Amino acid sequence: MSGPSLRTPLARVRSLGSSHSGTKDFWRQRLTAVAMALLIVPVIVIVLMLLGRNQAGAKQILAQLPIAIILLLFIIASAWHMKIGMQIVIEDYIHGEKTKLALVMANNFFCIAVALASIYAILKLSSGV
Amino acid sequence: MTARIERPLSPHLQTYRVTLTMALSIIHRATGVALYFGTLLLAWWLVAVATGPGAYSYVQAFTSSLIGKLIVFGYTWALLHHLVSGIRYFFWDLGYGFKANEREALTWGALIAGISLTLLVWIIAYAIGAGR
Repeated sequence: MSGPSLRTPLARVRSLGSSHSGTKDFWRQRLTAVAMALLIVPVIVIVLMLLGRNQAGAKQILAQLPIAIILLLFIIASAWHMKIGMQIVIEDYIHGEKTKLALVMANNFFCIAVALASIYAILKLSSGV
Repeated sequence: MTARIERPLSPHLQTYRVTLTMALSIIHRATGVALYFGTLLLAWWLVAVATGPGAYSYVQAFTSSLIGKLIVFGYTWALLHHLVSGIRYFFWDLGYGFKANEREALTWGALIAGISLTLLVWIIAYAIGAGR
């Protein structure tokens, strides 16, 4: 942001603030919350459908396209939601700058790993191999 | 050496009287953190189905054990409580429910709905499970 710019200071900071990312996380936290609120009933129904079944039975149900799509949407929304939520918790309670950065990074890794493992499992079941 | 400036500090948590909305705010955060680590169970379960009968038998052994059942029951409550408690925040985000009686009603509603929905899901689960 050095050197002359045609942008006014107001335009530069508008909806950004000191974090330089504005209210993006606030908005995404609500967006993913609404997504999960809409998906929770089908997700619970799917889990109930799987109760008491063996691996072959569970596999057959999870391989169905609508079920796979509902679970994929729910996993993406929840991974995103929990990444933002945990980052807020870390930023609230961890005051050492280096520890904070390390934990924010670990948080990203954890959420991506959990999401990817779940997504990969569902895609594998859907492909039937 | 410059004198240390005594800046005002925000009072510590213990200074405040415990109120229902405050307790539920803490519970909302705590259930969120619990659900965060609970997703490991969900991932384990999905990966086990995709891996095969051997891997899945470990999941089934866990979910049929007492400690496993307690954890999954706790997970169900944390999920459903966080959901209804979260819906409460939408009312506040949209500018509704800030009067004393309204916010108390919303908070009691979330607490009761979370417990009721958890029991409902588990009653249905046992009714279905018994038939299989």
